[in-house]
Amino acid sequence: MPDFLADWLNQNDIFTAATMLHYWDGLVTTVQLVFLSLLLGMAIAIPLAIMRTAKSWFISGPVWLYTYLFRGTPLLIQLYIIYYGIAQIEGIQDTFWWTIFREPFYPALLAFTLNTAAYTTEIIRGAIVATPNGEIEAAKAYGMSWALRMRRIVLPSAARRAVQAYSNEVIFMLHASAIASVVTIVDLTGAARNIYSRFYAPFDAFIGVAVLYMILTFILVYVFRRLERHLLRHQRPLSH
Amino acid sequence: MLDLKGYGPSLLEGAIVTIELALFSLLLAVLLGLVGASSKLSGNRFLVGAATAYTTLIRGVPDLVMMLLFYYGGQVLVNTLSDYLYYEYDLDIFFQFDPFISGVLTVGLIFGAYMTETFRGAFLAVDIGQIEAAKAYGFTRWHTFRRVMIPQMLRHALPGIGNNWQVLLKTTALASIIGLTDMVRVAEEAAKAERSPFMFFIPVAFVYLALTAGSELFIKWLDKRANVGVVHGD
Repeated sequence: MPDFLADWLNQNDIFTAATMLHYWDGLVTTVQLVFLSLLLGMAIAIPLAIMRTAKSWFISGPVWLYTYLFRGTPLLIQLYIIYYGIAQIEGIQDTFWWTIFREPFYPALLAFTLNTAAYTTEIIRGAIVATPNGEIEAAKAYGMSWALRMRRIVLPSAARRAVQAYSNEVIFMLHASAIASVVTIVDLTGAARNIYSRFYAPFDAFIGVAVLYMILTFILVYVFRRLERHLLRHQRPLSH
Repeated sequence: MLDLKGYGPSLLEGAIVTIELALFSLLLAVLLGLVGASSKLSGNRFLVGAATAYTTLIRGVPDLVMMLLFYYGGQVLVNTLSDYLYYEYDLDIFFQFDPFISGVLTVGLIFGAYMTETFRGAFLAVDIGQIEAAKAYGFTRWHTFRRVMIPQMLRHALPGIGNNWQVLLKTTALASIIGLTDMVRVAEEAAKAERSPFMFFIPVAFVYLALTAGSELFIKWLDKRANVGVVHGD
């Protein structure tokens, strides 16, 4: 190890085992929050996207309204409405829901899930709408029912077209999850804020956490690039 | 009329702060985007590297973390600088690094990176013949940039600028976290004091919706004007 680095590590009070553990806890919370909200968001988004492409306005209209409202307002406002609003619901404090929603983690998870579901719905809808007509005609010619066609032809084909836009949404969600620290959750940003106020060292605390986020982002970018190559391998030029 | 328990005027002031923050950030973002895109297309290795590093770094870091860094770190830097100036040169300069400045810097810097990509694509979409014609007329590089490239690339950049603006507007809400009294902050304080979150946050959400819907119409109008000389096949 170079001398200056060893000196610096020996003399600093900030990057100690205790703060590292604090960052680690924050990292775990961030990853849990982002992973769960993406998973739940996807589970909501697929049926909603199918509904959004329905011909009847009574089916697609409400979904349109939902995505319009959640994509048109800041996530911070949505988080505040859910976080402060849940406690205001009459009688909730007597039900078992209160034991769940009393923790700030769950209102934040709900807000993030609803937000990412709205964006993901629009991404998948765009991909479904762009399905080449020939694929659907071929499926019909094979006598596939609507459900089978959806499952075997339209959704897999849409997944390939959606993966790039979805990778942007995943990274956006990772970055947006930083606002969880506002409702007292100790995620990565929350850990950095605690360490900042403990040591009054803004550069160490926030640049350190920025580097951690950057590493997470680049891991995601790499994973999605691999996934994209895997899903689109039939379109690769022959020479490669 | 909505009963906002007397918070109506301060919410309105907050909305104006939000719009100001968004407009100043947009200005900074467009300037940075023009500089970034021209650097990326300059062919100069140092400039291309700097612009690429800028857009990559910005894409890796959450906006809130950057805002906190600028707000808390910026004040420390200003303090150090003013101490240095005072002791070395006997100059007594000090200014408060307020949330508004940090907000404009952060949001401008982040969206500058997105604008760089938008403008890069738009510059590339300008017909090469136009640049050759400018050269043939003996235009200098600056003249070509200002008279030929910018007016023609704006048409291609407009949809991208519009999308970035919509996202930018929502990002400004983060400045309330570092203490800027924009409408989110006012609503938060009012909601806590009156213990009625829905009454304050839902109107604020609708102001955001109205702002995005209004700017969408404006961008459509601009787009129509910018494309007035373009013949569309139908």
